[in-house]
Amino acid sequence: MNWASMSDFFSMGGYGLYVWGSYLVAIVCIAGEVILVFNRRRTLMKHLSLIHQSNKQEKINETAS
Amino acid sequence: MAINWFKYSSPASFYFLAGKMIPLFSIAAIVLGAAGLYIGFFVAPTDFQQGEAYRIIFIHVPAAWLSMFLYVIMAIWSGIGLAFNTRLSSMVATAIAPTGAMFTFLALWTGALWGKPMWGTWWVWDARLTSELILLFLYIGFMSLQAAIDDPRRADKAGAMIALVGVVNIPIIYFSVKWWNTLHQGATVSLTQSPKMATTMLTGMLIMSLACWMYAIAVILIRTRAIILERERHTAWVGELQLQGATR
Repeated sequence: MNWASMSDFFSMGGYGLYVWGSYLVAIVCIAGEVILVFNRRRTLMKHLSLIHQSNKQEKINETAS
Repeated sequence: MAINWFKYSSPASFYFLAGKMIPLFSIAAIVLGAAGLYIGFFVAPTDFQQGEAYRIIFIHVPAAWLSMFLYVIMAIWSGIGLAFNTRLSSMVATAIAPTGAMFTFLALWTGALWGKPMWGTWWVWDARLTSELILLFLYIGFMSLQAAIDDPRRADKAGAMIALVGVVNIPIIYFSVKWWNTLHQGATVSLTQSPKMATTMLTGMLIMSLACWMYAIAVILIRTRAIILERERHTAWVGELQLQGATR
């Protein structure tokens, strides 16, 4: 084990700012990308189901008239 | 039994295949990432020269490798799309770009945070750092050019030109530390020599690289699926997907 205590772990031998600054930004970037790609999919699905709904409505209107 | 190799070059069949593979790659990414970080922070010893600051390596090197590999793969798919006019190849290339740009940014960012305590500066205009910055601009150029062209097929072709021309930058990044006198150190791991680092450090780094690979594949597949649906929304098979309620 490299670390005697929690604070020892967080200080990273005095390089805490640099080490945690790297990993924190990495996590933020990865989480951000995952959120963005799922949002893209969700928006797309909403859009697609709207198209689908209007297509169905059109068909109903056609058969009614 | 004859295998139809072209089956999965159709966006529709690829869409379903990718849907099955995404969970596998996601789980692999999480498991490998956890293992890699554990080795990196709890098993790998303190570096005798750099102290604990070297632990940035476990994210810096995988990000830098991925930034270059993903670019080459993006260029290959772009080239195939250009040469054979296969829609799916170009869609994959388009899906790779944001992830590649993200890893390039991470390589630069973690490099800056590593450079400050070790070299005394966040940034120098040396060959390695400058060519990696150019790589980021290539990714951004690829994405902005494609975003600026309305017709997706024309956007694919224009993007492919940037991707293919930009490939020349990849060997420049890789060999920059040999060709020029750079502040950036030479390769620690290479194919021709035994690694110049402790085994546990190397293991941690390789597992983190694998984790990044798995992550990249998973997120690129998700993005490719979205692009397929966006571009094929008027086709019959997407319509059938709607009927089955599979898109909700």
